[in-house]
Amino acid sequence: MASLFSDNEQPPTNSNSSSTVLVRKKKSLSASSPSSSRGNAASLPTRDGDSHPRWRSEKQQRIYSAKLIQALKQVRLSSSSSATTSSPTAHKRGKAVREAADRALAVSARGRTLWSRAILANRIKLKFRKQKRPRQTVIPAVTTVVTTGASSRGRKRRVSVVRLNKKSLPTVNRKVRSLGRLVPGCKKESVPVILEEATDYIQALEMQVRAMNSLVELLSGYSTPGSDSAPPPI
Amino acid sequence: MSSRRSRSSRQTGTSMISEDQINDLVLQLHRLLPELGNNNRRSGKVSASKVLQETCTYIRNLNKEVDDLSERLSQLLESTDSAQAALIRSLLM
Repeated sequence: MASLFSDNEQPPTNSNSSSTVLVRKKKSLSASSPSSSRGNAASLPTRDGDSHPRWRSEKQQRIYSAKLIQALKQVRLSSSSSATTSSPTAHKRGKAVREAADRALAVSARGRTLWSRAILANRIKLKFRKQKRPRQTVIPAVTTVVTTGASSRGRKRRVSVVRLNKKSLPTVNRKVRSLGRLVPGCKKESVPVILEEATDYIQALEMQVRAMNSLVELLSGYSTPGSDSAPPPI
Repeated sequence: MSSRRSRSSRQTGTSMISEDQINDLVLQLHRLLPELGNNNRRSGKVSASKVLQETCTYIRNLNKEVDDLSERLSQLLESTDSAQAALIRSLLM
């Protein structure tokens, strides 16, 4: 897709260490996209959460794709400079790619969410998560529980109140706990925090899947023998 | 950051979490989930535990998909030889 290339005007980086990669990513983050996601969030104030337009906007996908490409270039440089053989490290390279993609995703979240900070904290092995802890716990305003079907996907279904019985509460708690174990960094959080982090995490993962899919399409178009100069029409 | 936090009605601390707020969050989660076969039948209430179960499954699926994609990406990055890599790099910069 052309969107993968359109915003990538960042200068090539040549270092291999992960911490400088992150520093450069953060600098380029502030330079390249001043208020893109905020602009999208502000333009749709009537939505029930700014998470919906945030991860689905074209601009956010471009930003993430650019960061992903940067990160993958780093992975290539570091893996090609190592002297190990290919077969035992094939799985490790897949993991390195996954970690790079997760880091890029976490940086694109601009530090607003727990899971993104947890991903970055695990990577650098710093505990700056504790310093960011005194943010307010998220309790969204509930004016009415009945929602209309005007979601961002255009579905017309009307879903009404969820019945949370008292006797089903421990079941719900258990499931929320297991959900919290899936989302990075939310093992010990309270229920609404886990639920909110999960909504954001799901949307971010969907965007990651879309971006990586298009990147794979692009690269598999290049790696076929015989295609030399003309890029595939997208 | 304030656009999200401004939706909070009152900061009552971490323990007093009302059912309504949890309901709202679960509904939000439910809207995100891919709806397979729910379109025609279930127009009324959804159960929280089912939503949570589907959320867990969905996140696991997404994670697996990302892992598979990153495997493919790493293979693709390895298989492109140096001339094409230089081409891609020059295009990406």
